[in-house]
Formats: sequence, structure tokens, C-alpha cells
Amino acid sequence: MDPKTYKFDTLSLHAGYQPDKNNGSRQVPIYQTTSYLFDDVDHAAALFNLERGGHIYSRISNPTVGVLEERVAALEGGTAAIATSSGMAAIFLAIMTLCESGDHIVASSQVYGGTANLLRLTLPKFGINTTFVKPRDTEGFQKAIQKNTKCIFGELLGNPGNELMNMPEVADIAHNAGIPLMIDSTYQTPYLCKPFDFGADIVVHSLTKWMAGHGSSMAGIIVEGGKFNWMQNDKFPSLTKEYEGYHGLSFAEEFGPVAFTMKARAEGMRDFGPCLSPQNAWNVMQGIETLSVRMEKHCANAEKMVEYLLAHESVAWVSHPSAPDHPDYELAKKILPKGRGSMIAFGIKGGKEAGTAFINNVKLASHLANVGDTRTLVIHPASATHSQMDEATLKFAGLSQDMIRLSVGIEDIDDIKNDFEDGFRAAKKPKLVANK
Amino acid sequence: MKFKVNNEEVFASTGGRPFDKNKPLIIFIHGSGLTHMCWVLQTRYFAFHGYSVLALDLPGHGLSGGKSLTSVEKMADWINDVIDAVGFNQASLVGHSQGCLVAVECASRYPNKIQTLSLMGGAGAIPMNPELLALAENSDPKAVDLMMDFAHGPSGHFGGHPVPGLYHLNTGSMLVQSKEIKDTLGVDFRACENYSNGFEAAKKLDLPTLSILADKDRMCRLKDGQKLADHIKGSEVHVIKNCGHMMLLEEADQTLAILKKFILDKYPIT
Ligand SMILES: Cc1ncc(COP(=O)(O)O)c(C=O)c1O
Repeated sequence: MDPKTYKFDTLSLHAGYQPDKNNGSRQVPIYQTTSYLFDDVDHAAALFNLERGGHIYSRISNPTVGVLEERVAALEGGTAAIATSSGMAAIFLAIMTLCESGDHIVASSQVYGGTANLLRLTLPKFGINTTFVKPRDTEGFQKAIQKNTKCIFGELLGNPGNELMNMPEVADIAHNAGIPLMIDSTYQTPYLCKPFDFGADIVVHSLTKWMAGHGSSMAGIIVEGGKFNWMQNDKFPSLTKEYEGYHGLSFAEEFGPVAFTMKARAEGMRDFGPCLSPQNAWNVMQGIETLSVRMEKHCANAEKMVEYLLAHESVAWVSHPSAPDHPDYELAKKILPKGRGSMIAFGIKGGKEAGTAFINNVKLASHLANVGDTRTLVIHPASATHSQMDEATLKFAGLSQDMIRLSVGIEDIDDIKNDFEDGFRAAKKPKLVANK
Repeated sequence: MKFKVNNEEVFASTGGRPFDKNKPLIIFIHGSGLTHMCWVLQTRYFAFHGYSVLALDLPGHGLSGGKSLTSVEKMADWINDVIDAVGFNQASLVGHSQGCLVAVECASRYPNKIQTLSLMGGAGAIPMNPELLALAENSDPKAVDLMMDFAHGPSGHFGGHPVPGLYHLNTGSMLVQSKEIKDTLGVDFRACENYSNGFEAAKKLDLPTLSILADKDRMCRLKDGQKLADHIKGSEVHVIKNCGHMMLLEEADQTLAILKKFILDKYPIT
């Protein structure tokens, strides 16, 4: 006897939606609407008191966005989700739901540049400080925990250095300290890894990337695992104690495995308002419908590119967990059995100058500040995404001047390689080739 | 709210309003392995509309202390103890699944105390699939996966939660897994399996009774719920279409509307 609940590929097409409740529309309709009629005064009061479920105003929730939220919760194996206007909005909302002024975060040092800035420079203005730990320094996470630490935050595969955090061990460290582990799983998507299976408690995504997949729409999401017991200590009073904003409601008591999401929506969406537009939610769902097939191709192409780069005379080093010499090769096989993602970092011989020439002379690969498009993307982080960092911070974040970051697309692999040949040829004699 | 029954700490949600001894009491009794949280889309309404609400965590479940009770009869007596402990001499009961067995048994034992019965996804007996029972008694998480599959209809399996952003199957699964499976679900399933007095107890009842059943219920089938209702004098029956066993969440609004009408009519605020 086995459960006949729907599996991943089916959920990515169907979860969160029933056509017969929507005029038979097979595709999810776009509710391009701000507000929803109350049946009567009693119904209005019931919605505001969280007595009944339903939509009030699209800053708080929207029927189209709601389908996306349920779909991603289903795919991640989470209890609930809340979508936001961008990945950064999701990270900010998650932290603000968890932390108060005077609190502390322990974070991996290899995180997206925007996240690093939020943690390092912006959140201290609100009294929330962060200690950074290198992703492979598992013990370092333990040592950095203080009395007022409210979560450990990390990306499984650090951006852009491709260093793997030992998620199961770091999760144990967090749980022993009575705090949750929050993982930014943008690079993995639930197709490659479901962080809840490895001890994470909250997952955030920039849906802008592989989930949406087509480089068309900004979106983010927070997903709740539902296992973390907020009431085990007194570290999270805003979740466990009576909340003034809702008649003395204790989110943890009343909503248990969905308490975090309920609070993020009732407080964060209400007060900060980083809501996702229904059109963008719909665009993201178009992407999610083909998540499995795209991720398979992304990963297959990435592995072919790793082989190609490893063998290339112009390449000084290649970092991708599918390469046997990658320090996290074994751990990656365990945590990412279906594929190690499509982000490759490599060093080009000739340093910064060669890197610039390479970037300026590839044509198919797009030079831009994004990852996880269906199209192949390249960037030179030291001069772009991480250009606000000085030399020492760069090094701590796992970057170097010769590093090129590659987000492998799903084009024909031969075309990507041919394009790179042009780039490498130009990089060998940077002075002789005119810039684009 | 926390209080003591037989020296063990008991947790009950009061539906977001302070517990008030001057308002009529409604007690909500959850099903196997679950907790007070499955009632959130019914309890808050009644609490905000003039009733005193207790959505209990059975002993050993959710936020209550103690050990799980091993028989439906013991649970029925315990509900009586709860009513005494909070200083009431009357209450209405609302049960779901196993909670229906408990509510019926309790009303038959304490006819002077129980004012109305509302039974959701109930049956006169809930014999367990032996494989599922064994898995639960061995704390195998597969028991929870199977339960979530059987317990949900289209809304659960596809989604479309009444509360935006919530996903039925995983929320239910986490509720059940908040405690050791064998100590809650395992004990409850065994208690259901052993209970054989349902129809006899039902025949004795003489109080307003409501059954809310669902046509896609695979846990307690519609015909079994109907059979229980047939044993209860004057029982009112409502069938929710295209819905599974977890009607209290899957079709929370419909369930609430039916319950509201029944309670306001048969158990009005005086
Ligand atoms: C890993 C990671 N997290 C978060 C973000 C921020 O997401 P967004 O750009 O959607 O705000 C990004 C964006 O580049 C990212 O790569």
C-alpha cells in the first residue's frame, strides 16, 4: 500500500488550483484585481479576525498569487508559502518576521551580493547585526551563535564561489541552539534539492531565476517547513506571545505549522507591503510548469560545460560540484543527487584583463546581472555584482579578480562552446581585438 | 488556554477570545493524531460570536501533557472531566472522525450535560486497515502519508486552501508529526479499531444532532456516516459535494455555514 498523492512533475502543473472552482478555466486565471466583496458586515469582520480564509485586498493576498504560493509550498514539501515582489523582498520579509531590534543572525559569507549588503549594511540600521561564517566552516557557525541569535542563514551552494554548506550539520547546530535554519534555495529549486529534507526550517527563493526561468519577471517567495517548534524557548515572542495587532493572538498556538507564514502575511504584508503582482505570479507559474524538464537540461549542459572548461588551455580553474576535484563533490552527490545546478565559476588565464576581453567578445552568452535564465549568461563579478566590495571582502566572499560566473542556459551545447571559443580567442590577445 | 484535568495539563484554543464562563460552551474534539489546530476555521467564528470555545488537544497530543488515552470510552469520560474542570455543567460537542466516536459515547454517558452534537466525517465504527495501523504503531512516517492521502479529497490533493498560501497535505502531515507517531496516531488508531459501542450509544441519544458528511470521504465513507446518522433519533444530515474527510479545512466555509445554522438554532446564546 503506497500513498497516491501527486508527485513532483504533476504538482508543478496542478498544485494549488482546481478548474471547476474557476469557471472551468484550465489555465489559472489572472485576477488583475485589488479587492474582494464581503458578503455582509459579519463576513468582513470574520476575514479581518482570521476567523475565515479568503481574500480582502491584494496587498495581503490575491487568488492568482495564492495558487503560486500553494504550488511552491507543495513542490518544496512545505506547509505554507507567501510570495513577494522579489527575492530580496522575501529575504527581508522573512528576517523581519523573525527578528527584532537587538537580534543577531549568523550567515554564510557566500551569499548573493544584495543579501550580503542587506545583512552587512542595511539591517544594522534597524539594530539587527550579522556575523558571517565561511560556508564550509561548519564549526564556525556554532561558534558564532550568541544569546540573541535568531537564525542561521545561508545559500546551499554559495554564490558565486560554489562552496557547499553542510546543510544537515548546520541544521543540527541551529536546532541545538533552539533557532531555525533559513536557506536561500534559489540556485537549487525544489527540483534539485528540498532543503526541508535536510533540516532547513524556512526556505526563501528568488523566483526571478530558475523557477520562473525565462528572464521575464521579478518574484520571490518564503516557504515554511512547519516542523520548527517556536514555543520551545522564549526567543520568538512575536510568534508565541499575544500579538496586539490581532486581538492578542498567539500565532504559534493558533496556527502551529503555518504560524510563520500567517505572521508574515498578517503583519509583514500588511505593514511593509512587498506584494507580488498577479501577472508576475502567472508568469512564474508558466515557468514552473516546465521546471523539471528545464532543470534537467540546465544541469546536463552545465556538466558538459564543466568538462569543456576543465580541458581548455585558457582556463586556470573551474569550480562546479560536478567536477571530481571539487572539494564538496561527495557531499553534493548526497544533497543534490539529480544535478549540481547550472552555475559555474571559472578562472580565466590572464586575470582581470583577459576576463574583460572574454566577456566583451562572447555573443550568444549574454553579459548581464542575472542568473537562471533559459539563455546562457556570463558576468565578471569583481567588476559588476560585487563591485561595491573591497579586495579583502571580495576574498572573504570567495571571489577573485579572474573569476567569471557562468549561468548555463538550455541552448544547443555546441553553440555555447563555439561562442566561448570566440571569447577565449579574444582573451588570449586582448589588446588586438576590438571591444564590442 | 491551559488548565488541569486529573492533574495533567490540558491545552485548548479558545478561538482567539478570552474564555468566558457566562457564555455557552462548545467543545471541539479532533480526530486521530491531530490537534486543536484543525478547527481554526470554525472555532474563531464561534468565539467571536458569543460562545465560549474549547478546541482541545487530547491528552498526549499537541500542547497538552500526559499520555494519549487508549480507548474511546476513556476519551468520552475525559471530555466530561474537562467540562467539570472548566466549571460548566453543560456543553455542546463538535467532533471530527475519531472525535465523533468520542462525542457520541460521551453524549450517551452524560445525557444531562451534552446539549447538542455535531459530527463531521463520522461513523459508528472506524475499523482500521491493518497495514496502516501497524505502520502507525511503529511510528513509520508512511502512516502519515497514507493518512493524508485517504483523508483528503480534491481540495486537499490539488490545493485551493481557504486560507491563502496554505497547503493542506503538508500542513496536516506536520500536525500529525508534531509528536511521536506511535504515541498519538498509533494509540488513536488502536482505540478506533477497538471501539464497538458506536451504534448502541447512538441509539440511546436524544438530543439535537447534526452530521456533516462528504461524498468523497475515503476515511469514513458517506454510507458509513449515513448509517450512524440513521441510528440517531431525528439526526440532521448534510452532505458536502466533491469533498474529502477533512471537510472542516477542505470546505471550511461550507462546513462553518452548516454548523453555524445548526448551533445558532439548537444551542442559541441566551
Ligand atoms: C541567490 C539569490 N538570492 C536572492 C536574490 C535576490 O532576488 P531578486 O533579484 O529576485 O530580488 C538573488 C538575485 O540575484 C540571488 O541570486
